[in-house]
Amino acid sequence: MRDFADMFQAVDGSTKTTVKTQALKNYFDKADPKDKVWAIAIMSHRRPKRPMTTTLLREWAAEYAEIPLWLFEDSYHIAGDLAETITLLCHSRESDIEDSRSLDDFMKFIISMKGMDTEAQRVLVQETWRTLDYTSCFIFNKLLTGNFRMGVSQKLMQRSLSLSVGIEENVIAHKLMGDWTPASIDFQELILDIQPENMASKPYPFYLAYSMPGRSKELGDPKDWQVEWKWDGIRGQVILRDAHLYVWTRGEELVTDRYPEFTSFTESIFDGTVLDGEIMAFKDGMPLDFQALQKRIGRKIISNKLMEEIPVVFMIYDLLEHEGKDIRQLPMSERRALLEVIVKKAHNENLLISPLVEFKEWIDLDSLIQTAREKRCEGFMLKHKESAYEVGRKKGNWWKWKVDPYSIDAVLTFAMRGHGRRANLYTDYTFGLWQDGELITFAKAYSGLSDKEFNRVDSFVRKNTVQRFGPVRQVKPELVFELAFEGIAHSNRHKSGVAVRFPRMVRWRTDKKASEANKLSDLIDLIPEDGRNQDG
Amino acid sequence: MSRVSKSNELLRFSERGIYCPPADVYIDPWRPVDRAIITHGHSDHARAGHGHYLAHRFTTAIMKHRLGEGLSYQSVDYGDSVNINGVTFTFIPAGHILGSCQLRIEYKGHIGVVSGDYKLEDDGISGCYEPIPCHTLITECTFGLPLFNWKEDHLVKEELNTWVKENALSGKNSVLLGYSLGKAQRLQHMLETDLPIYVHGAVHHMNAIYEHCGISLPPTIYPQDTKKPEGPCVVIAPPSVLGTPWLRKFAPFASSMASGWMSLRGPRRRRSVDKGFVLSDHMDWKGLHTVMDETRPERVICTHGYTDIFAQYLREQGIEAITEKTEFETEQTE
Ligand SMILES: [Zn+2]
Repeated sequence: MRDFADMFQAVDGSTKTTVKTQALKNYFDKADPKDKVWAIAIMSHRRPKRPMTTTLLREWAAEYAEIPLWLFEDSYHIAGDLAETITLLCHSRESDIEDSRSLDDFMKFIISMKGMDTEAQRVLVQETWRTLDYTSCFIFNKLLTGNFRMGVSQKLMQRSLSLSVGIEENVIAHKLMGDWTPASIDFQELILDIQPENMASKPYPFYLAYSMPGRSKELGDPKDWQVEWKWDGIRGQVILRDAHLYVWTRGEELVTDRYPEFTSFTESIFDGTVLDGEIMAFKDGMPLDFQALQKRIGRKIISNKLMEEIPVVFMIYDLLEHEGKDIRQLPMSERRALLEVIVKKAHNENLLISPLVEFKEWIDLDSLIQTAREKRCEGFMLKHKESAYEVGRKKGNWWKWKVDPYSIDAVLTFAMRGHGRRANLYTDYTFGLWQDGELITFAKAYSGLSDKEFNRVDSFVRKNTVQRFGPVRQVKPELVFELAFEGIAHSNRHKSGVAVRFPRMVRWRTDKKASEANKLSDLIDLIPEDGRNQDG
Repeated sequence: MSRVSKSNELLRFSERGIYCPPADVYIDPWRPVDRAIITHGHSDHARAGHGHYLAHRFTTAIMKHRLGEGLSYQSVDYGDSVNINGVTFTFIPAGHILGSCQLRIEYKGHIGVVSGDYKLEDDGISGCYEPIPCHTLITECTFGLPLFNWKEDHLVKEELNTWVKENALSGKNSVLLGYSLGKAQRLQHMLETDLPIYVHGAVHHMNAIYEHCGISLPPTIYPQDTKKPEGPCVVIAPPSVLGTPWLRKFAPFASSMASGWMSLRGPRRRRSVDKGFVLSDHMDWKGLHTVMDETRPERVICTHGYTDIFAQYLREQGIEAITEKTEFETEQTE
């Protein structure tokens, strides 16, 4: 564990890519192969499931640190990170700890605790805290809480690994795709073998676009570009190889069983085909709202009723493999032509092709994008007709062009302290909209103001607290903020009856009185009407 | 009459500061008053605009530099008592920075203490904290959470000197960032190096006051020109120099920040420095507990820091505790 902890410290303590790459490469050069596979798994979001609930961990940590639970919770709220809080309270302060356990030992230990009775788990966890210095304890707690992030992108990890083993980065990226676990594979097979046997199910790394930085006309001749709507579902890859169907999400989750609608693809499409597209809830020629797909994602058992209520399609963007051949290097226009033929032959109502947007001049798109909301789209995707299908997020040949967000003026009603740097400031806010002279809570937001503004709101909160509920303060309804958000839908899980997506503060409307903020009915009016909302 | 109402009579929180009615003086007031007693020289405690200042002689030396020579100052030493209208004010070391004092305030058998800012461990240059048994304790709790537990000075010292050595070996200068009054001198005091130590102007002026008060610090260089230093060196400066041309001339360097906040990963990472040293001039969680154990107050008033949380915790421990709003700041890094 020592070498892994040292590497983590070097990576965590630096913002410089060169330092991180070097630290990772050093680790990959020297570490035990078993540990390396775990390190790769951890850095590619393949962490083992947490062996116990975080509620139990909190109780054990409070008990171990001899503080009341509420004080643990308040401390957690201020540190902003559960594993860090536990570590600060529970790590060993002895300066001469020798821990000979390897990362592999640790991971196996953590996995072995799953399913034990909680009393046995408590003893093991508290005993382990006693033996770990700060960094090792932090890593241990991060693994226990199941949210270990190293501050290392996949790309950076792949580059360092590539430098260490001398295999090309793109090849490594492809090898690391899929649902392998360190229990099922060793370093030799995962990285070093030239033609491993389990490549059949492996998806290609996704090509991702950046937001278009300027105006569309700066992209040159519109004839060189293919434009599609930017659909709002789950990016996915459909693989047909060896008479098998594999459906992957961009998060590298294998979800074939979740979408029985796709089973028929094996009959409609030839073997040796890989499609890039969007998994979408889609009915009567139109996408359903974002809440609908959420309902499908959570379910493992799919009833016929649910499939009828929320049918799912695969909206294809691109063709990556054709007749068993990797065609990612062919120009976009050629891949598109091949794709159109495949879809035409398939005749499958769950297999749609993302239609091209017809336009002549860039200016045509400026007005067309205004209709994105009605179509339940997020905007446009712009792809150069000559572009290859690349690996990861790249600039230049693909751009996303998002429609402006929704916005509304709301009143600040409750405030909570922020995390980390803002731990002393009230920066986490709840907002309400008017209905019958009352403010109805509809969203929370934490970001979007400058430090200066946060300071001013903080001092307002302290001076205008009406009531306290634990760490939450109810404030006089006086301040108005413009909030922006990306999506909106009916919801019966929210008191307001409305769910909004990614709300954040855009500006402080110091020019507006609370009474001039929007009504809840104004928000409801923003919901695209089609009479088919799932839970309204 | 109960002790509690006696303490209200002795010390009161007003819009101008902590007020002692029988003596008609304020302690560390944040609005201009006629007569002020000052616990220590940090700018949120020693403010301009008062008619008359009473403080430890080291603190008046600091104030003369910061606020001006020509004001009305009265200086005392550690352990000295001053009687004002039957109220006895005694200056007891607080261990926070040069000249920092806690105030012991005795009136008609009631003893109150104003902690100012204070720290448990003796760092060798800030005076040594002494516990004062009292009825009422007015305390800071900047780091009044169980998250904050400082390492012993010698461990931080080792970490610091190792870091400086490693930087020198890899051809980099070491930049240590810390508040110019108190933290900067503590860092110098910890350094064990043959490398030249360059200091920023703000630090240089404070160093001169330390020297004037008889505290010897390692020799430093105050660069007057824009020439690049030759060979490896150590630089001590306030954090505000980050990104300025003044600092750039010391490139290539590794930067570090020394503060109690560096125990938290968020602030450590958001500060664009290479290394964070957990080094604070305030009481940590254990320190505050030691204070409670040794001074046995019947009543505690928390003034700045995590006041709500710490007061709630004390109440659960059976100590009467409340919070009062002041304009003192928590540990400064700028
Ligand atoms: Zn201070």
